[in-house]
Amino acid sequence: MWEIISSTSFLVDFAVAVIRMTTPLIFAGLACVIAERCGIFNIGAEGMMLAGAFVGAVGAHFTGSAWIGISFACILGIFLGLLLAGLTVTLRANQMVSGVTINILSLGLTSFLFRIIMGSATTQILPELETWSVPFLVKIPILGPILFKQSPLSYISYAIAILLTITFFKMTWGLSIRAAGEHPRAVETAGINVFLVKYICLVFSGIFASLGGAFLSVGMVRYFTENMSAGRGFIGLTIVIMGKWHPMGAVLAACVFGAVDAFQLRMQAFDLGIPYHFLIMLPYICGMVAIAGVVGRTQEPAWLGKPYQKED
Amino acid sequence: MKSALPNGRSGEETILPFLEMKNISKRFGAALANNEICFDVERGEVHALLGENGAGKTTLMNILYGLYTPDEGNIYLDGKLVEISSPKMATELHIGMIHQHFMLIPQFSVAENIVLGLPSSRPPFLDIKQAEENIDKISREYGLHIDPKVLISQLPLGLQQRVEILKALYRKTDLLILDEPTAVLTPLEVEAFFKIMRRLTQTGLAVIFISHKLNEVVSISDRITVLRGGTVIGTLKNEGVNPNQLANMMIGKEMTIASKKPPTGKGKRLLEVKNLSALGEHEGKEVLKNVSFNTHEGEILGIAGVDGNGQGELAEVIAGLRPSSNGKIVVNGVDVTHLSPRERIEMKLGYIPSDRQNVGLIMDLSVGDNFVLKNFRDPPFASGQFLLHAKNISINAERLIKSFDIKVSHGKITTSSLSGGNQQKVILARELSAEPMVLIAMQPTRGLDVGSANYVNQCILEHREKGGATIFISTELDEIISISDRIAIMYEGEIMGILPGGKTADLELIALMMAGVRSKD
Amino acid sequence: MNLTWRRIVLSLSPIWAVLTSLLLGAGLIIAAGANPITAYYAIFMGAFSDIWGINSTLLKTIPLMFAGVAVALAFKGGYFNIGIGGQIFLGGIGAALAGLYLKGLPPVLHIFLAFLAGFITGGVWSLVPGYLKAARGVNEIITCIFMHFIAYYFLEYMASGPLMELGAPAPMSPEIAKSAQLPIIIPNTDVHLGLIFAMALAVILQVVFKKTTIGYQITATGLNPTACRYAGMNTVRNIIILSFVSGGLAGMAGASEIMGLKHRLFGSMPFLYGLEAIAIVFLAKTNPIGVMIGSLFLGALRSGAEMMQRSIGVPTDLARAIEGFVILFVAISIALPQWRPDWFKERIDSEKIN
Repeated sequence: MWEIISSTSFLVDFAVAVIRMTTPLIFAGLACVIAERCGIFNIGAEGMMLAGAFVGAVGAHFTGSAWIGISFACILGIFLGLLLAGLTVTLRANQMVSGVTINILSLGLTSFLFRIIMGSATTQILPELETWSVPFLVKIPILGPILFKQSPLSYISYAIAILLTITFFKMTWGLSIRAAGEHPRAVETAGINVFLVKYICLVFSGIFASLGGAFLSVGMVRYFTENMSAGRGFIGLTIVIMGKWHPMGAVLAACVFGAVDAFQLRMQAFDLGIPYHFLIMLPYICGMVAIAGVVGRTQEPAWLGKPYQKED
Repeated sequence: MKSALPNGRSGEETILPFLEMKNISKRFGAALANNEICFDVERGEVHALLGENGAGKTTLMNILYGLYTPDEGNIYLDGKLVEISSPKMATELHIGMIHQHFMLIPQFSVAENIVLGLPSSRPPFLDIKQAEENIDKISREYGLHIDPKVLISQLPLGLQQRVEILKALYRKTDLLILDEPTAVLTPLEVEAFFKIMRRLTQTGLAVIFISHKLNEVVSISDRITVLRGGTVIGTLKNEGVNPNQLANMMIGKEMTIASKKPPTGKGKRLLEVKNLSALGEHEGKEVLKNVSFNTHEGEILGIAGVDGNGQGELAEVIAGLRPSSNGKIVVNGVDVTHLSPRERIEMKLGYIPSDRQNVGLIMDLSVGDNFVLKNFRDPPFASGQFLLHAKNISINAERLIKSFDIKVSHGKITTSSLSGGNQQKVILARELSAEPMVLIAMQPTRGLDVGSANYVNQCILEHREKGGATIFISTELDEIISISDRIAIMYEGEIMGILPGGKTADLELIALMMAGVRSKD
Repeated sequence: MNLTWRRIVLSLSPIWAVLTSLLLGAGLIIAAGANPITAYYAIFMGAFSDIWGINSTLLKTIPLMFAGVAVALAFKGGYFNIGIGGQIFLGGIGAALAGLYLKGLPPVLHIFLAFLAGFITGGVWSLVPGYLKAARGVNEIITCIFMHFIAYYFLEYMASGPLMELGAPAPMSPEIAKSAQLPIIIPNTDVHLGLIFAMALAVILQVVFKKTTIGYQITATGLNPTACRYAGMNTVRNIIILSFVSGGLAGMAGASEIMGLKHRLFGSMPFLYGLEAIAIVFLAKTNPIGVMIGSLFLGALRSGAEMMQRSIGVPTDLARAIEGFVILFVAISIALPQWRPDWFKERIDSEKIN
């Protein structure tokens, strides 16, 4: 077994898989980061991912274009973000309840609509989303094919992470967003419309989560099944904490989870004597350990989870 | 000499005032918070808005700052009618407001806090470097120097206030509203603050100073407008004004200061605190350092000090809600240092927390249920620690409502519909009906109108007469000095000294201790 | 006009939520190419018209009622136990173990022990997120979901591994001892004793809430844990116990499925996160009697939907979609009274005039 693991082809193959499995987690993590930075727990990220996976798949299937399917998912993400914002910001409903609501609604609707739209077809082969190769760099031995020949959505996820980092720490809007998550009353007296800030952040959160879902169905496995998000949205919530609410931190944390997931999948091929069920559990066990053992929770945005009420 | 015109200005000037608020009225439901208020301010003037809690001062200023819209009336700046519909508009009109609770973000730096909401010099990018330079310049110009890179969380409250002032100056404020600015300052810092104010007004800045503290208002303002019950009682020029006259205007009736009997000698020691230390949440900083004091039967020990010097933590440690790192607490001879809060309640320790809505009461429960929050397990409210007797809880509720004169029709009403004063009475009723030996009262009159505040103090005096010991923690110096037998002054978690209270109180020494100075030398 | 509109909107009680959801469900039915009226008729008839319909309805209601009681208990105390799915699985495993390995016991004792085993395994599973929340402040929603997934695969493992019946075509255990099986209470049906147990639990919970010191503490802690702490209650211990009992009740749902219906442990159980129980609790506003009614409604909806799929072809997932809508509208109706448009809010502000 060890000879196989240490062989180049295995490692390359493994690395590519890690990157593939990390991408949806990066999207989930970033969706949660932008939401939590402005003070809102996006417990509904899971449902948003699932919905994005569904809409992306349906869109791609019926238009024959993967990219159009992905755009549909983005548009859905906007609406989901608005829904969450309407519930948590305007109505000041409990954020946990609102998120769980979106999850249940998403599960029910995607299952139902999938059934009636796709009929009895259980597997569909969705149009392919071709990988993009970065010229020159892809020719680098070993690292080239790993790092520079990825799905375009993967590149998009990295780009979003970088853009978010720049926005949070180098732009005026970013200052307003971070402030809204810490002390919304102070932001209000400084003349900024806190509700608007939160609405915009949540819309982007919805877009990111839906994109992550679309990647799952259109970019990765090229079909849709019931509940295919499988808890990734919740792992996104863990990723935020592990990444200390920093977009790049979230990317790193997502890589850790992606590696664990890819690892357990590979290990199933080997007869290790461990029933494969326990291997599948591995990412979730890691998630438990991570969230239970994380120190330094004082870094979370001070107003996270608390409803904000405007004066008059 | 009182001025001829009703608004306090002498008749010779024909210049328009800088700010004029005419016939401003504001209703909240059935309550009339502002009733046809006329108020004006001139450039370079400090105009105080004086009134007790609930008089309508902050409402009026919130209207001026765009946080509320008036139901009636108009606002004029330099004679031009303006409509201030949001803080953003107010800022554009060069009106600034410093709130009682600072609007600063602890995790951000001074510079970041100051530029929040302002367009940057290199949009859309944040130009912190440029901001830091500008702030440095302005702060030196006004003699308010502060390092723009420092985080707010690292600054003491007095310096945080300086940041708030710089925020206003950075925005080229012409009219500055200050809401109870001296609440967080020691007496010495207050003097320094007044000096800054005088310097700023010399540059033409107009200042509105909201306060309920008579003496400060008299020492700093040029004119004083007294509000009571939402109406302007009068506007005076601050020349030879008699504080008693102002007090009368504020309250409208003779306030009876409760008379006290002197303590009956040295009664039994009911509370003994010895070498008590405690750590705070942040990096092992000590919030209590070696605190020692005793309280006796029939005694009220006041704990004075500016908010945030460890008084809250001290109360929590004694009540058992915060662990101590060292030292001993003894209640009536029993060492309670390691007992749970429940056990200390059983040892007859009562506690009135400062935050009545989030800590003292469960707002969504009925008044009757709140009365038994601490003893619902005991007979007659439950038998076998298990089965509740709703009837007894009801009877108890009626009894307490009656004896404490709580304005509510019956015990089943939800606590959130009571007024602040009545909510505090519910807490008082609950604590005092348990007949505690030691009562810890933390800011018991905060935010209450004079009538309710008086009632609270009366109850505490009655407790004292029955032989109970009280720890009375407050930031209102006048109140603490008049009600306490002895006063302990806290500064940065330490007891600076314990001095006699009442008429013989040494105000100067107390003020010094509040600022961290142990003696007059 | 403002006032009447507000009154109408504010009276969006559970009934309105259900009606609106059914309306939207009608839209979905049309999208599926069927007639909503025939569809809903089919659902109703399927659920109640004959003995088989009632059988199916009640059988679906039983675990929903157990789970609903479990969730109602937790929610009332401020603990969002959405991991009941996993706790149900563990409860099933516990009951199966008791049913398979304890032999020669009189039925009353065996049933009691099997339920107890289910209670304990479900409770212990719930203790992990419960302890983390109480002692470390870790958000319980995330931990509950993770525990759910772990339990999901663990159940698969148990039924296909250690407990698997030799030569079985699919992951399943041997049949549990007859003495551990719940007797049928309605002749000619499969409706078992679990129904009585579940209803009894709902009634007991109602009594506990209204008339005991435990109920007082749970209600108070759910409303304001800080004030409870200051009043001397041991909130850490209380939350841990609450999570255990809630998980235990959910475990009993799984136990009753094994002992009353399936009689063996299968590799999967039809509970996805147990989210349906959350729908019930929302509808019922944590009132245990409401939970009984709500679970019956949901049970009827589901079993009727199966009949509907058979007769008209509209997928049963319609039931799930309608559940989703119900939760959405109930969540909105709960939030609306707190959403105070300016003039309403100012009345409250008048208390804080300064």
